[in-house]
Amino acid sequence: MKVGLFVTCLVDLSRPGIGFAALRLLEGAGCEVVVPAEQTCCGQPGYNSGGRDIAKALARKVLAEFRDCDYVVAPSGSCSGQMKVATVHDLFRDEPDLPEFERLAAKWYELSQFLVEVLKVEAVPGRFEGTVTYHDSCSGLRELGVKMQPRYLLQMAGASIAEMEGAERCCGFGGTFSVKLGDISTRMCEGKCESVRATGAGAIVGGDLGCLLNIEGRLRRTGDRETKVLHFAQVIAGEG
Amino acid sequence: MQVQSMFFKQRAREKLEDPLLQGNLRKAKGKFVDGRAKAVAEFGVWEEVRTHAAKVRDRALANLDAYLLEFEAHATRRGAVVHWAQTAEEACAIIVGIARDNGVRKATKSKSMVSEEVGLNEALEAAGVQVVETDLGEYILQLAHEPPSHIVAPAVHKSKEQVADLFVAAHGKPRLTEIPAMAREAREALRGHFLTADMGISGSNFLVAETGTTLTVTNEGNADMVTTIPRIHVVITGIEKVIGTMEDFATLIRLLPRSAVGQSIANYLTLTTGPKMPGDADGPEQMHIVLVDAGRTKLLGGPMQEMLRCIRCGACMNHCPVYQNVGGHAYGWVYPGPMGSILTPVYVGLENAGDLPNAATFCGECAVACPVKIPLPDLMRKLREQQFDRRLRPWPERWGIALWSFAAMRPGLYAFGTRIAARVARWMGGREGLIHALPGLDGWTKGRDMPAPAGRTFRELYRQRRGNHG
Repeated sequence: MKVGLFVTCLVDLSRPGIGFAALRLLEGAGCEVVVPAEQTCCGQPGYNSGGRDIAKALARKVLAEFRDCDYVVAPSGSCSGQMKVATVHDLFRDEPDLPEFERLAAKWYELSQFLVEVLKVEAVPGRFEGTVTYHDSCSGLRELGVKMQPRYLLQMAGASIAEMEGAERCCGFGGTFSVKLGDISTRMCEGKCESVRATGAGAIVGGDLGCLLNIEGRLRRTGDRETKVLHFAQVIAGEG
Repeated sequence: MQVQSMFFKQRAREKLEDPLLQGNLRKAKGKFVDGRAKAVAEFGVWEEVRTHAAKVRDRALANLDAYLLEFEAHATRRGAVVHWAQTAEEACAIIVGIARDNGVRKATKSKSMVSEEVGLNEALEAAGVQVVETDLGEYILQLAHEPPSHIVAPAVHKSKEQVADLFVAAHGKPRLTEIPAMAREAREALRGHFLTADMGISGSNFLVAETGTTLTVTNEGNADMVTTIPRIHVVITGIEKVIGTMEDFATLIRLLPRSAVGQSIANYLTLTTGPKMPGDADGPEQMHIVLVDAGRTKLLGGPMQEMLRCIRCGACMNHCPVYQNVGGHAYGWVYPGPMGSILTPVYVGLENAGDLPNAATFCGECAVACPVKIPLPDLMRKLREQQFDRRLRPWPERWGIALWSFAAMRPGLYAFGTRIAARVARWMGGREGLIHALPGLDGWTKGRDMPAPAGRTFRELYRQRRGNHG
């Protein structure tokens, strides 16, 4: 089974460890993993800024890079939503290459969904002693239905989960929103951080690096140096 | 109503720093969201009815011209006078004209967002007509000289204590502390107005084409007083409110109160078909129905048409994390929250409300909550596309996106750029790995640190590792 890893631009730039954790998990489960060297970005920043043509050009680039893979997996619900939902339902709805994007969408998986629903893993290499709380990021949850999969995997690694109030509420990241309307974004993030603090969990775990950088940035600015902010892949791959 | 939406950013900042408002918003948040969630869970076939309701609304919009004429014919046959207003000014002129012709000195009103949209109160007052708002929330706001901040709960931004102060000033009675007592006092103050008004003005939630009926959904019963007691009843509403049949109404009314406030049904459903007829015990002598376009037809047949499905329940704003934090006044016009972020730029001009389509993280909660399945984030994105094409956003934003996509299409350049960026940012993060200030990104760093990158990109490390392992 040939699995293409879509690393995502944020992981590539900021937290390569998440990419290697994903690689380890996939290879550990017996996948032949390819990482196309030309990959950059799924195009969502352009798409959500109104740059439709930019988004289409980048989506076509992604399509070409992963064409010969049986599956494509990304450690992000947001990029996965872009490639599974936005392409098919909007960007290429009236384009001749729609069928190709439909095929890509069908074989594209967010990492936790791939591990649980396709590979049906029953064990993970990582061990995590302690309590975590899980932030459901918006695209993964509402576009793809990512909810129990990461929690199931975290419990497999031994973590216990303390659910926060409003786990499904947006953290305020929203891509360029976090800069364009920084005051509102910060306030939304503070709401999320309050919920995290109230659980007393030692770590806040999520599946999208944008949200995680946002939450980590706010926790640190408000003096919290203790609470770990982790991608679930790091925890279950034993790299947390 | 005067548009202030161009100042959204500044207004939002002020609202974020208003501790009293923040407390009031916090209290309201759970009530709406939890109430709706409970009502939806109890309902059982929510998604099925929701899908059907979207179809009912789409059918109405596809046949809007025919349904409106059918409505007009039936309403006229029942003795009502139907007026057509293409603009806000026309709508006001028609109603001021009716008031003048009939010597109207006082008008009572039940809640109508369209009347806010066209600035009806100001127009009537300028013509010497006293206007009395009778919806409790609107009454409070009239005393406070403020516009509504929510389409269903207009005074949701006010606390009980603030209302008590307003009542002391207006009613000259001892300060009350309990809500039921305050409601009673307002009711007593309003009763006289109900009985002495010459004109009653109401909005309408739905216009039923097959019968010529206007429908009003309320919880306080004030709409019944407004539509039946004065000698003239004026309905002001948008042309998109028309639906085909009573059966369609039966579908939509199952969704509206549940979505709005978590009620299985509203306390009052007021169905009005024409004025008082011979043999009727009560009712107005004249009934006028003013059908307002004010930009609505511009949406028909275009990419934003789905917005006209809206049945004004307010669920989108109740579920919007941006609205929950800044409240309705920040949006600067009649309609706040996600619906306002679409309607305001469409009705008053994208150049006058440029931040509104951007005031969303695209978290998707509004689209999930909408009872008629309006794809609100997609519509906001379409407005962003118009802004992008018309170069309406500030240049740093446009250039940033252009630069990013230029590089992202060129993997060699991209790899080089990110390699440098990762190192510079790592260095900026210092020992603790946190960047406290970033030029051009102060929107982020004002209230948050930027966790610094690890220093090497994934692609660098991957190439290295693969090289090492052959």
